[in-house]
Amino acid sequence: MIELSDVRYGYDGTALLTDINLALVPGSFHFLTGPSGAGKTTLIKLCYLELTPSGGQVMAFGRPASRMRRDEIAMLRRRVGVVHQDCRFLDHMNLRDNVALPLSVAGESLTAHRAEIDELIAWVGLADRAHALPAELSGGERQRAALARALILSPDVILADEPTGNVDWEMSLKLLTLLIELNRMGKSVLIASHDLNLIRAAKGQANARVLRLRAGRLEMAGADL
Amino acid sequence: MTLISDAMSITRPERGSDGVVPPTGFTARLTQFTAAGMAFLAVFALALSMATERLADRWGEALAQSATIRISAPSEQRAAQTEAVLEILGATPGVAQARALDATEQQALLAPFFGPDLPVETLPIPQLVEIVTAPAGFDAEGLRLRLRAEVPGAVLDDHTAWRRPLIAAAERLSWLGIGAMALIALMTAAMTTLAAGSALAANRQVLQVLRLVGAQDGFIARAFVRRFTFRALTGAALGTLAGMLAIWSLPEVATGGGFLTGLGFSGAGWLAPLPVPFLTAVVAFLATRMAAFRALRAIP
Repeated sequence: MIELSDVRYGYDGTALLTDINLALVPGSFHFLTGPSGAGKTTLIKLCYLELTPSGGQVMAFGRPASRMRRDEIAMLRRRVGVVHQDCRFLDHMNLRDNVALPLSVAGESLTAHRAEIDELIAWVGLADRAHALPAELSGGERQRAALARALILSPDVILADEPTGNVDWEMSLKLLTLLIELNRMGKSVLIASHDLNLIRAAKGQANARVLRLRAGRLEMAGADL
Repeated sequence: MTLISDAMSITRPERGSDGVVPPTGFTARLTQFTAAGMAFLAVFALALSMATERLADRWGEALAQSATIRISAPSEQRAAQTEAVLEILGATPGVAQARALDATEQQALLAPFFGPDLPVETLPIPQLVEIVTAPAGFDAEGLRLRLRAEVPGAVLDDHTAWRRPLIAAAERLSWLGIGAMALIALMTAAMTTLAAGSALAANRQVLQVLRLVGAQDGFIARAFVRRFTFRALTGAALGTLAGMLAIWSLPEVATGGGFLTGLGFSGAGWLAPLPVPFLTAVVAFLATRMAAFRALRAIP
């Protein structure tokens, strides 16, 4: 579905990522790990076309990203659920409306999807916070809300950048279980995380591949994990 | 999404798009206030343009329908020459009426310059003959030639020398009004662009989030465009109404044909300012749309 071939990316002439090859196919489950600043977030942004590579090619759903028009990129993003590290929301809308935002921009009726929205919000444990504004949410609540928003359109690919960074271990496992369930439904999941315990827990439940970014290159993580 | 379908969609509420734009209090009020002010000025510019057009017509018609013959002759020949001139005029096609002004009328004409007690009869003032022309007019050149041959002291003044610059001045004023309206439209576009640009810059994070969740540029732009267009429309409607009330309440300068007498609308002319709010909305629509798409190009 999303394939990166020999992708390079750099800031101001300095190469951050070099010769990245990655295929997110249906049913794949990847963990992406590496030290801070290794380029995990950059790699995720390349996957949903927020960044344009300085070399190589990104194919998204069978089409080269470099040839996609802006509207086509927007349509592609409806098939890719993204959980950002900084959980960006529309601050003037409450949690429920933020979770439902992808439906709104896709022109879907929120009334028709009411049960689905409420169910998802309840699942991430935020039913009693549905009418709170983003500024009133804790870091963990924001991350759970971001995950709910990423899943509302039932995307084919789920990209999550440190999705459990601000939640407790119990909630981390719950979120992980959800992502594994979605993966078993055929969805492709890529999680950037430095939480090795989470990665180990996932390896026990899913056929997860662990990738590590080191010196700008992507490599398979060894048995140390 | 094309310009036309975008314009059509402005009138239809779009599912979900209106709420995505946060309240933009200051910039929205600025747009409304600017639109109101510009519409108010546009109504005055329109009134000026229409008034000067009417004035040009009035001056042109009034002066075109009259002419004067000045007879400069020794006092003992003046009556005979006046008689001869009236005879010639009586036989001239296109002259509806001709009469010699009497001493009182000539005195009244000179009174603004010399006061009311001027002894006209003791002064060597030419005799004036007033001509009222038929709608078809008369052959001024032919009449001049005939007067030169038969009454050498008579000079025809068909007011061309007065009429041309007056009409030219009125026409220029009319163009000035149209130019002012064009300038007002440009200023409205500039102000709306600035206000929309400011709102878009302040909402950069909103644009990023919307793009992230798959919003197309047209969807995002429409949310901003609709808001600014309606602000401009309501502001301009209020400004137009205020402008029309202000024109209506102008004091009438009833006598003397002064310039202010004509400033205003009459009859169906009162309908002329009604398109102003809609034209303002169109200007705001185009300006905001352009600003929105420009801002969105900077968001991946």
